Order: sequence, then structure tokens, then C-alpha cells
Amino acid sequence: MKPLFSITLFLLVYESVARSGWFAPALVPTLPVAANTLASMLADGTMARHALNTLLRVFSGLALAAGVGLVLGFLMARYRAVEAFFLPLVSALMPIPSLAWAPVFILWFGLGNTATVLIVFYAATFPMLLNTWTGARAVSPLWLRAAGAMGARGAAMFWKVVVPAASPFVITGLRLAFQRAWIAVVGAEMLAASAFGLGWVIFDAKEFLNADIMLASLAVIGAIGFVFERLVFGALERTTVQRWGMVRTAKA
Amino acid sequence: MIHIREVSLEYETPNGKVLAVDKVSFNAAESEFVCLVGPSGCGKTTLLNMIAGFFPPTAGEIRVAGRAVSGQGLDRGIVFQDFAQLFPWRTALGNVAFGLEMKGVAKAERERIALEQLRLVKLEKFAGAYPHHLSGGMQQRVAIARALAYNPGVLLMDEPFAALDALTREEMQRLLAEVWRATRKTVVYVTHNVAEAVYLADRVVVMTPHPGRVKALVPIRLARPRDALSVEFLHYQKQLIGQLTRQEEE
Repeated sequence: MKPLFSITLFLLVYESVARSGWFAPALVPTLPVAANTLASMLADGTMARHALNTLLRVFSGLALAAGVGLVLGFLMARYRAVEAFFLPLVSALMPIPSLAWAPVFILWFGLGNTATVLIVFYAATFPMLLNTWTGARAVSPLWLRAAGAMGARGAAMFWKVVVPAASPFVITGLRLAFQRAWIAVVGAEMLAASAFGLGWVIFDAKEFLNADIMLASLAVIGAIGFVFERLVFGALERTTVQRWGMVRTAKA
Repeated sequence: MIHIREVSLEYETPNGKVLAVDKVSFNAAESEFVCLVGPSGCGKTTLLNMIAGFFPPTAGEIRVAGRAVSGQGLDRGIVFQDFAQLFPWRTALGNVAFGLEMKGVAKAERERIALEQLRLVKLEKFAGAYPHHLSGGMQQRVAIARALAYNPGVLLMDEPFAALDALTREEMQRLLAEVWRATRKTVVYVTHNVAEAVYLADRVVVMTPHPGRVKALVPIRLARPRDALSVEFLHYQKQLIGQLTRQEEE
């Protein structure tokens, strides 16, 4: 219950600032006001619709990024020519913030899902790729030797040794990629989405000074991120690399 | 079973060529237990790795069961010193079954064989355990079972018990002697521990360093199970230590 404690404390601090009277209530709404807005948006289904749009974009981008990152990462680790070709490209493209591409993508593909998904894809690809590449190179030579002595070659060596051996890095890569994707999608929706999406609704609420809608959307963004980080990726780690003792659980 | 003829290994370093193994020759008969003993730098592990086929010698020939060694093969099983040789993502049973899986043996059959091998090293109760839940000694026993599971004629062992505490090491030596008696594999066992060599070996190959050469072949004519405190045992130990220390005075 420790995560609940830190979150509750954070909310209490916010609430006392909101009630202090230092700021206009319309700009810093109290939590009950924001909660009310959230409740009504949840009740009439608008929030679900926004969230669904955002999730769809994030998972389209993430799926593309995971595909490209995994394939390219493993190929780079295996073949020197692939590494030599792609590494300079990666080094040059990685430092460019994905949102800096937004105007370019909008120019090429117009406002809407294509540009948004591409921005998410751009943000999520590099952590996936670099972690896969590093993970595949970090496979213990002892495992490769032992497996080789037992007759593992080619595809069997890859799927039964290299992939599980690299999995701590790959899962971390996926985790980071999701984080980057989730951050990027909100920004991308502000710039490139034509309607719907959690980022879009925040941006839209700015026009009408609806701080409560913004807060309600931020809460949903945080909640979805939290659920994926803790439940989905946490469970993925617990059932694989943690169970295998390849990563340790922190001691109290 | 194993024929090693004039085997040399030379490798390049920034300071020129280094001769790691120099014209080593010896044989191991079917079901013979041969120990390679020597100080570090005598090329014993290098030699074992060449028998395993991890890299070829620069000169000479290695034959296993009549066939010249070229690369790794399922006719040889290998156990390393490092506990980390087991695959952490597989259970003890999964590790032992790996070689059979590579051979294409059906799941039920390979699990039956793997369980049999685990029974041989007295770990059948831990079949479902992941390596990180097992002690160092248990992990090495799984590694032995894993190397035996696909039934190679030869078992190659590179100081498998060197990282264990003294008590566990003795227990493991007893177990290995039992396993060897039960399976009758040809074993090549690398160690720098003279007492271990006398306890386990039919024949000891004493090696000297810089460059790695065979100094002496010493047959150990002691009945099994061997008593490490008997006069004859200590005599052999003295003889081997004599061989190893005399070389350093040269």
C-alpha cells in the first residue's frame, strides 16, 4: 500500500494549495471540482472515447517501434555490416526530439492519426532498438558455448538462447519505449490530432480556461500510465526475468 | 577413444607469437578417467577447449572415437567451472533436456531421460527448480546431468568443483566417481588440485607451463572407492607434487 501513501500525500499538498486562496479557483480547481468533472466525463463516455483514441495511437506506434527495434537490434548485434550501416543513422536520429518532427509529419501526412502514430513510433523506436542491441551483445559467452556444445545452431540458438538471455534488456527496452510513447502521444495529439485523444482534450480545454477538464485528463493519463507500468510491465517482469533470477528484487 | 597427437596451439599477441600448448600427445582409452594437472598457464584448459572443438589446434591432430575433431559435436559433453553455465530461464529439468531438444527428441521422451539423469546426480526432487534457487554444488550437478543427458561418449570437465567449498567439493568428487562408475564415460578432467586428481583419475597427465607441455603420465593404481587418507594415496600425491615442483626449479 506504499504507492497509495505517496500518491495520497501528493494530492493532499495539491489540495491545500488549491484551497489556500493564493490562486484563482478557475485556474487551480480543488480536487472535488476536478473529480466531479472527471466523473461526468467518465459517465457520459467522452473520457473513454478520448482514452481509447489515445491508446489506439500509442499501441499502433509502440507495435511498429517494437517490431523495428527488435528486428534491427538483433540484426545489428549479429551482423557487423548491419551495425556499421545503422549505428551512425541511429546516433544522428536519436537526439532529435520526436515532437520536433511533428510539423514535418503534419506537412507530409496532414493532421490526424498517421502523423500522431509516426511521432509515437519515432519516440519509442530508439530505446527498444538500443536495449535489444545491447541485450543481444551482452549474452554470456558461456551460455553460447554450452548451447553450442549441445548442438544448438542458427535459429535454435537464436530463439532458445539469445532471445531469453537478452530478455532483461528487451523488457527494459519495452518499458522505456512505452514511457516515451506515452509522453509523445500526448504531445503529438496537441499538435497533430484533429479530434479526440487525451492530449487533444487538454489542448482544447485551454481555449475555454477549463482547468478542471485538463486536470481530469491529466489524472487519466497518469492512471493509464501507472496501470501499464505497474501491472502490465511489472507482471511481465515477475513472470519472466524475475522468476528466473536474472534480475533481483530490491530488498526492503 | 581420444587420441591427441603432437597438438600445438600458437596465438598472436601484440608482443609476438605465444606458444600456449607445445606438441602434446596422450590417449584416453574407452571409459578411462584422465586428469590434466598443472599450474595455471600450462595450457590444460586450452587443450580441453580444443578437444571440445571451440577452436582448432595450430598443429597436430585430435581424434575422438576415430573421427578428427572439427568444431563442437554431440559426441562430447562439457562441464565448465562457472556455475553461471546453466540457463537461468530454464528449470533444472529444462536445462538437462536442452541437448535432447536440439537433437529433436520428443518432449515426453526427453523429459523422461532428463529426469533419469537428475536422479543419477540425486537431484530429481529439484527438477522444477530454477538454477538461482539451487546451491553452487547443486548447479554443478545439474551441469553434469545436462552434459550426460544426450549420451556423449566423452565427458570433458574444466575444474567443475574449483569454486566450491572444501566439504562440498569432496562430496561432489564422491558423487562424480559414482556417476562415472555408473555411466562408464571417457572423462577428461582438468584440475590444479593434486588430491582431486589422485582421487578421481585412472591416469594423470602432468603438465608444465610456458609453453604447455606434458611432463609425465602417471597411472593411479588404487582400488575404488579411494581413501584419501591411505598411505598409498598420500604416496601418489607426493609423487605428483614432486613432478610439479621439480619443473619449477628447471
